[in-house]
Amino acid sequence: MTKALLEVEGVGKSFPGVRALHDMRLDLRPGEVLALVGENGAGKSTLMKLLSGIYVPDAGAFRLDGEPYAPTGPGHATQLGISIIHQEFNLVPDLTVAQNIFIGREPRRAGLLLDDRKLNADATALLDRLGLPLDPRAVVGRLTVANQQMVEIAKALSYEPRVLIMDEPTAALNDAEVDTLHDLIRRFVRPDTGVIYISHRMAEIKRIAHRVTVIRDGEYIDTLDVATAGTPEIISRMVGRAIATDATPEDVRPDREVLLDVRGLTTKALLTDVSFELRQGEILGFAGLMGAGRTEVARALVGADPVQQGTVTLRGKQVRIANPADAARLGIGYLSEDRKRYGLLLEQDVKANIALSALRDRFTQGGFVRDGALRATAEQLIGKLRIKTPSAHQTAKHLSGGNQQKVVIAKWLVKDCDVLIFDEPTRGIDVGAKEEIYQLLRELAAQGKSIIMISSELPEVLRLSHRVVVMSEGRVTRVLEADEATQESIMHYATLRPDEVPADAVELGLIAGAPTEAAGLPEKKAGQP
Amino acid sequence: MTTAKAPAFTRQEENGKGAALKSRLQQLLAFASLIVIYTYFAFASEFFFTYDNFISILFSTVVIGTLAIGTTFVVITSGIDLSIGTGMALCAVMAGVFMVNAGLPLAVGVPLTILFGGLMGLINGFNIAVLGIPPFIATLAMMLVAEGLALVVSDSTPIYFNEVDGYTDLSTGRLIPGVDIPNAVLILVVVAIIAGVLLTKSVLGRYTYSIGSNEEATGLSGINVRRWKIAIYVFAGLFTGLAGVLISARLGSAQPATGMGYELQAIAAVVIGGTSLSGGKGSIIGTLIGALIISVLNNGLQIMSIPQEWQNVILGCVILVAVYTDQVRKELQ
Repeated sequence: MTKALLEVEGVGKSFPGVRALHDMRLDLRPGEVLALVGENGAGKSTLMKLLSGIYVPDAGAFRLDGEPYAPTGPGHATQLGISIIHQEFNLVPDLTVAQNIFIGREPRRAGLLLDDRKLNADATALLDRLGLPLDPRAVVGRLTVANQQMVEIAKALSYEPRVLIMDEPTAALNDAEVDTLHDLIRRFVRPDTGVIYISHRMAEIKRIAHRVTVIRDGEYIDTLDVATAGTPEIISRMVGRAIATDATPEDVRPDREVLLDVRGLTTKALLTDVSFELRQGEILGFAGLMGAGRTEVARALVGADPVQQGTVTLRGKQVRIANPADAARLGIGYLSEDRKRYGLLLEQDVKANIALSALRDRFTQGGFVRDGALRATAEQLIGKLRIKTPSAHQTAKHLSGGNQQKVVIAKWLVKDCDVLIFDEPTRGIDVGAKEEIYQLLRELAAQGKSIIMISSELPEVLRLSHRVVVMSEGRVTRVLEADEATQESIMHYATLRPDEVPADAVELGLIAGAPTEAAGLPEKKAGQP
Repeated sequence: MTTAKAPAFTRQEENGKGAALKSRLQQLLAFASLIVIYTYFAFASEFFFTYDNFISILFSTVVIGTLAIGTTFVVITSGIDLSIGTGMALCAVMAGVFMVNAGLPLAVGVPLTILFGGLMGLINGFNIAVLGIPPFIATLAMMLVAEGLALVVSDSTPIYFNEVDGYTDLSTGRLIPGVDIPNAVLILVVVAIIAGVLLTKSVLGRYTYSIGSNEEATGLSGINVRRWKIAIYVFAGLFTGLAGVLISARLGSAQPATGMGYELQAIAAVVIGGTSLSGGKGSIIGTLIGALIISVLNNGLQIMSIPQEWQNVILGCVILVAVYTDQVRKELQ
């Protein structure tokens, strides 16, 4: 057995009232990719903060290359040879790619002036070496999420670390982008370096990692060889129980009534002639690559973004939705992919969040809030949706991702919405809680709620959707029935590019080569040559 | 699953219970500093710790306090209102226009003046919520407009209320027989209670916190954020109008050039009282304590014959210390 590159031995860390890590073990061998998995709250982020020197362990020790490793802060950790890429980007959006990569160590002239030429030359050399097709002069804020991720990686690798730790690096990437990232990792891993790859996505772990270490509730559980361990085996260790991974949509039938009919929805930014129907009690999946326009459909539909053209018919009556208040009044609720930014009042308590939408309809009298009724309803929903919180008074930010999502769902249930638009309902939610959200979606549909589910995870789309709307470049390229929907068929329609490939336009029945409104405004591509 | 999750729950439990206590702690801390400062002055000067001076402190709290209460709502939405100082002066001038120049009776002139404050709030709210001008800029512009208009309307001369029956009694009179508390102080207490109840119990208050916590999420939850923001600025403007009445009633005249500077004292009171400039948090009681701290400091330093220039230096330091301790306290959580 080779000597470990990075060892974690019996590390413990407690905070007042909570034991975050206890007797944590882990060993990263040189030349390997070690996946680290565990539910949210399992202690992954505490471990990362210990490794980057933000926290100091109460017990145990780290060893890098056999030497004791005790970083005093993120800068020191980098110097010692450990680079960490956090899930949330640490990039300055207004600076260029090169400026971000070399931030804090810009090449200078005469000690004072910045040497932009050398900066860009260094960045170009680095990006070439890494095989990243990025323009060093591109402004980071205008790059796609995937390219921003690449900038983070280039920045981390520019320090030539021995150990690279990545926290959920693919959370916002599509399959092609994930492949690029994996290529990059494979090239980085040499006989004397290693990668710790934190992820929820089993398929990716199978592809990229050699071994997988499972932690749960702050404790080390097991380390398995990826080549021999099955996904259910890994997941059961993560959650402490087995989970079915091959479920299919329930109660698919053709006779559902059309509740919501969207025709010709067009926006200035992206959408072109988007039409679809949502039927009573169904889960309508929205699939497509990043930037295909799925979120934009949701935002346009609820009036969050301006619409140029298109009609929306609800229960046979044409409606005008100018803003989210109109949508809420009509019983259409939008649950954003970015819960913290668009969904929750993080600093407010659970009951305030649950009551927010329906405050004036249900919990007020003469302009004053009926706190008793509000609390009772909140408590009832906490029970009904199995929200894990000590009480309705808990501040929303202290809940886990899955429970925060349930709070947002509760908010729209109190508002009595018939149409619920879920945008990436399980993003950032751990495996166990995902199952609960799936179950909840099925229950809601069975109760007659009509659900639009936007998801980038094909297995999720396939197992839940009664029908699947596939989008590409701002258009609906196909609506698939449950029995037609497969990974392959969805990917086929998701990658059609009618604006650039005449054959695709012909396949979609558009006039080949004809210019369209969206032609000049495809998804943001800055930074790509 | 539940047993496995136990450690994480312990923490949440504590946070849940502790939250209410911790927000109280912040007010207690501000209140304790008020007592400390007050006690210090009581020992430092023999003229400080008297009933007359106590009343005088309360009296001088009235204007800053009234402005600060309105501003608390605005600041909780993560906005700011710089126009309250000169706006107050303009409202005082308008009180003169209504009651002295136009000869309207008290019962009409006072409500009109308060509504005029609301009108300025409406313009601020429109500029901020509809035109999308940042609150700092929109109210900075309004500050200048109000300053200029106050001078234009009054022709740069004070307007005296000698002819208006009972006007000065609004502020300096004693409504409760035998109790030596000026009416202005009673008015402050009453409006503070009303504002406190509205902030904690009304829809307006709930949305004020919601907008400050997360404006985008509040909008996507189906709340017409524009309309409510306008309402909040109008509401705050009513307090500017009321402050205009109280200050002119106390002085017996409308001084068109005296408003500038009050806005910063009022914002300082709000901040010392623990309301976060980044929004979502704050209380009326905290603001009142903040206003009291400022007037105790002003009064005490004056009694100790500390020059005005140094008073400002000290006030500035107090603001820094107050906000810094608040941050340290938050980090310790």
